[in-house]
Amino acid sequence: MIIVRDAYKSFNGNQVLKGLNLEILEGEMFALIGRSGLGKSVLLKHIIGIMKPDTGDIFVDEQNVGSLHGKQLEAMRRKFGYLFQEGALFDSLTVFENVAFPLREKTAMKEPEIKDRVFVELEHMGLKKDAHKYPAELSGGMRKRTSLARAMIMQPSIMLFDEPTTGLDPIIGQSILNYIQLCHRRLGFTGIIVTHDVPRVFTIVQKIAMMDDGRIIINGTYDEIVRQGNPAFQQFLSGSIDGPLHYV
Amino acid sequence: MFISCIRGLGRGALGVLEMLGSYGMFLLTAFFWLFGSPLKFRRVLEQIIFIGVKSTVIVLLTGAFTGMVFALQVFYALSKFGGESLLGPTVALSLIRELGPVVSALMITGRAGSALASEIGIMRITEQIDALEIMAVNPYRYLVVPNVVAAVVSFPLLGAFFSMIGIWGGYLVGVKLLGVSEGTYFGEMSNFVEMKDITMGITKSLSFGLIVSWVCCYKGFFTEFGAKGVGKATTQSVVISSVLILIWDYFITSISL
Repeated sequence: MIIVRDAYKSFNGNQVLKGLNLEILEGEMFALIGRSGLGKSVLLKHIIGIMKPDTGDIFVDEQNVGSLHGKQLEAMRRKFGYLFQEGALFDSLTVFENVAFPLREKTAMKEPEIKDRVFVELEHMGLKKDAHKYPAELSGGMRKRTSLARAMIMQPSIMLFDEPTTGLDPIIGQSILNYIQLCHRRLGFTGIIVTHDVPRVFTIVQKIAMMDDGRIIINGTYDEIVRQGNPAFQQFLSGSIDGPLHYV
Repeated sequence: MFISCIRGLGRGALGVLEMLGSYGMFLLTAFFWLFGSPLKFRRVLEQIIFIGVKSTVIVLLTGAFTGMVFALQVFYALSKFGGESLLGPTVALSLIRELGPVVSALMITGRAGSALASEIGIMRITEQIDALEIMAVNPYRYLVVPNVVAAVVSFPLLGAFFSMIGIWGGYLVGVKLLGVSEGTYFGEMSNFVEMKDITMGITKSLSFGLIVSWVCCYKGFFTEFGAKGVGKATTQSVVISSVLILIWDYFITSISL
């Protein structure tokens, strides 16, 4: 379970989080939507402990992330998988080596076992025949799938997806969402997807939250939010310029 | 006007102190991970190949020509007072104590130090370092420590190669070209070169290895965003490393004399 309680964060005087509150239940798939550049990725980095809030608390499985250091923080991070917007693949390693990396670094598994496990994961992602390729040789979709395979290989209990379909065509974007859904069914992790890919992402999540001006302004299931007829949500869905949400 | 000047000076001084503190903390953290956790031998070996093995050709080439031109110049100077017999020891002492460590360090900085800074810088701006942290892999242990160890191992070896090939280059010019006898060249050399001279060369190379890897890793690690940021980090890492090599060289030489 993830709880964000009254989190504030500013960068050089620019307030990004302004008393943000959020609760995500265990095993839940959660979409975090909102205008670009308003702190959704920053929130993910707070949850995983790369950034710390100026004030407020973030709890992951009842542990206050802000108070963890050293081995405790390392142990907490082991619960996480993270899909970066641009993949963040190690460009000097092949697809196989990228996916094998966490196993080689963080487990005592023997090489044959690692090989088997990596190939199983690559098979899931449809990348088995591309195992020898370097990230520079991959298409955008393949890079995302490799990154997804690397995030999944440690079988995380919490997955954070930072704009998993940005920059991909609609078909490949849908295939990535399908992979995410398959992985969720297989591993049962708690997932947070930061995305602008609406309404498509609503098919794979149980709850949606909308962030604006450093706070959560809408939170609930898709049906609940639609019933409320929130104008900000309607504007975001339709992509209209006119409405309560303004250009940043 | 006067007050704003004082404020400017104060801001500048604070900026310098902050920067020095940041460099210091970076090195301390690297040492903490160096001595506080098992060394990643495979990564160290990869970096020895990158920093050391791949710099060998350029170091040998520059070493040979440095020795050759140095022998020419020294012969010219010594012949003014009939001291040609001192060509061997002069070449050897200069190379072992000074030119070998310094010039080889400058060459490695240009070849490997710049690549190191840009590689780590690109890892920073493409979130690869964040990815390491998220996978609970400490970036100091994985990136910085292997480079520091590899540099500290490689620099003395390459410095020794430089001096060796330089002495051989001096031999070619002095003995084969200018007619100094082979016995005089090497005989006088063994009379004048002492163990402390060799130790001095190795000490210099070790410290240059530490300085270069420290500065280049730091600049890459804290690079600013974008291609321009990486370019700036790379240039600064080479310039700062080279200047520090020359400054440190003066101090270490003056202390030991």
